[in-house]
Amino acid sequence: MGVYARRRVANMAVMALSVAATGFGVLWLVLVLWTLVFQGVSAITPALFSQMTPPPGNSGGLLNAIFGSLAMTVIATVIGTPTGILAGTFLAEYSRGSRFGEVVRFINDILLSAPSIIVGLFVYEIMVVPMGHFSAWAGAIALAIIVIPVVVRTTEDMLNLVPNALREAASALGAPKWKVIVMVAYRAAIQGMLTGVMLAVARIAGETAPLLFTALNNQFWSADLNAPMANLPVVIFQFAMSPYADWQVLAWGGALLITVAVLCLNIGARLLASWSTFKP
Amino acid sequence: MSPASVATRTTAPRPNPPNTALGSRQKVQVRGLDFYYGQNRALKNINLNLHDKSVTAFIGPSGCGKSTLLRVLNRIFELYPGQRATGEVLVDGDNILSAGLDLNLLRAKIGMVFQKPTPFPMSIRDNVAFGIRLYERLPQSALDDRIESALRRAALWDEVKDKLRQSGLSLSGGQQQRLCIARAIAVKPEILLLDEPASALDPISTQRIEELIDELKPDYCIAIVTHNMQQAARASDYTAFMYLGELIEFDETETMFTRPKERRTEDYITGRFG
Repeated sequence: MGVYARRRVANMAVMALSVAATGFGVLWLVLVLWTLVFQGVSAITPALFSQMTPPPGNSGGLLNAIFGSLAMTVIATVIGTPTGILAGTFLAEYSRGSRFGEVVRFINDILLSAPSIIVGLFVYEIMVVPMGHFSAWAGAIALAIIVIPVVVRTTEDMLNLVPNALREAASALGAPKWKVIVMVAYRAAIQGMLTGVMLAVARIAGETAPLLFTALNNQFWSADLNAPMANLPVVIFQFAMSPYADWQVLAWGGALLITVAVLCLNIGARLLASWSTFKP
Repeated sequence: MSPASVATRTTAPRPNPPNTALGSRQKVQVRGLDFYYGQNRALKNINLNLHDKSVTAFIGPSGCGKSTLLRVLNRIFELYPGQRATGEVLVDGDNILSAGLDLNLLRAKIGMVFQKPTPFPMSIRDNVAFGIRLYERLPQSALDDRIESALRRAALWDEVKDKLRQSGLSLSGGQQQRLCIARAIAVKPEILLLDEPASALDPISTQRIEELIDELKPDYCIAIVTHNMQQAARASDYTAFMYLGELIEFDETETMFTRPKERRTEDYITGRFG
C-alpha cells in the first residue's frame, strides 16, 4: 500500500471515529431533550403558572416554586455579580504578578470546580444551624457562592483580553487607574463579562444540592426570605421521586421549564457575545 | 550612496521650515538617564534636550531604547512593575522623575500616540471628550467646540463630522490614528510623544500623519520614534540616533543626514548597518 493510500485510510478512520463520537454525544442530548419535551409539554398549562404545588391527588401548579427559584436566583445574582466582578478586576488589574493574586486565583479555581453539595453543606453549617431553620436567604447565599467563582474567572479572563495598549493610551491622557478600568477596560470587556454572568445564572438555575440544605422546600406560597421557600429543582426532585402520577407530571413540567430557561439564557449569552455594542 | 544623496532625495519642502534657530527654548532636558527592565539596563546615561516648537526624531535599530526613552518622558513605564528610571528629566525645569509628582497631571501635559491606533470602544465624540472630561467640566457647547477644534487640528473633522456618534473602531486605521492624535491634543498638552505613529499605516495615511506633525509643530514640542529614515529626514528638525541603549549622536536633522560625525550613524542612515 502506497503512502498516499495509507494516509487516506488513516484519515477516513480518524474521521469515522470522530463522527461516531460526536454522534454518540449528541444522541444522548437529543434523547434527553426529546423525553423532556414529550413528557413535560402536557404539564405546561395556565395552572402551572397560577397555582401552588398541590398535595398528592389534587390539581395544582408550580407558581410558588417558580417564584422561589426566580427570587433566590435574582438575590444570588445581585450578591454574586458585583463581588465576582470586583474580585476579577482585582486579579486582572491590581494583582498582576503578585503572589497573593496567584493564591486567590488558585483558590477561586478550586471553588469553581467544587461540588455544589459542599457549598450547600457549608451554608447549612454557617446559616441554617445558627438560625435554627431553613430559609430562602440561606438558599440565595449558597447560590451566590456558586456564582462568584464563575464571574471572577470570566471577568479576569475578559479583562486580560483587553490590550494593554488601551490602558496605556488612557493612562497617557492622565486618567487615574480606576477611571482607566471603569471607563475603558470594562467597556472593552463588557460583553464577555455579561456573558459570564448569564452563564453563572444558567448554572444556578438548575442547582438542587445546595438548595436541599438551605432553602429546602415549601408547599405553600411564601415570599418570606427568612422562611423555607419552594424552588423548582427541589420540587422536581421531590415530585419526580414520588409515586403519584400527577406529581410526576408536574416534575416533568418543571424540568422542561428550567431547561427552556437555561437554553434561553445560553442563547442570550451567545447573542451578547457576538453582538457588537457599536455598530459601524 | 552617500549620506548627502539620501537627504536631498528625501527632504521635501515643508510649509513650516526647520525650527533649529539658536535660542529656541529647551522644553525637556534629559540628564544622566538610566533605565532598567528588572536587572537589564536598557538606557545608558542619556543626555539630550528637546526643543520647544520643533520635532525631534529618534532613530535606531529595534531594541535600541528609543521607545523606552519616550516612555520615560511621561512615566508611562510605571504601569509595569520592575521597570525603573534613574537620573533626571526636566520639563520646564522641574524634574518629572521625582517622587510625589502628580503623574496624572504630568500625563495631561504630555500627550502620547502609540504605534497601533488605540481608539477606545466608544463613539468618536466620546473618544475625544474622554481626556477633556478628566480635568475640565465644560458646558455642552464648549465641549462640542473643543472636540471640533481637536478633530480639525488632527485633519479628521471633514471625514467624521456626520458620524460623531459612531464607534471609533468603525474608522480606518489611518483615521483611527488621527483620532488618537485628536484625542491627545484635545487635552491641550505641551509635549507630544509619537511612538512610531505611522508604522502600521499605508503610505497615504503616513503622509497625512507627517503633514499633521508639521502643522502641529508651531505649537508643541514633539518627539517621534520612527524606523523610517526618510520619515525622520522629512519630518524632524533634530534627530537622535540611538544604539544598544546609548545615544550615539544628536544633532540637527540636516546635519545628521548630510554630515554625521559618527561612523555608526552614517552606516545606519545609509542602510549599511549590519
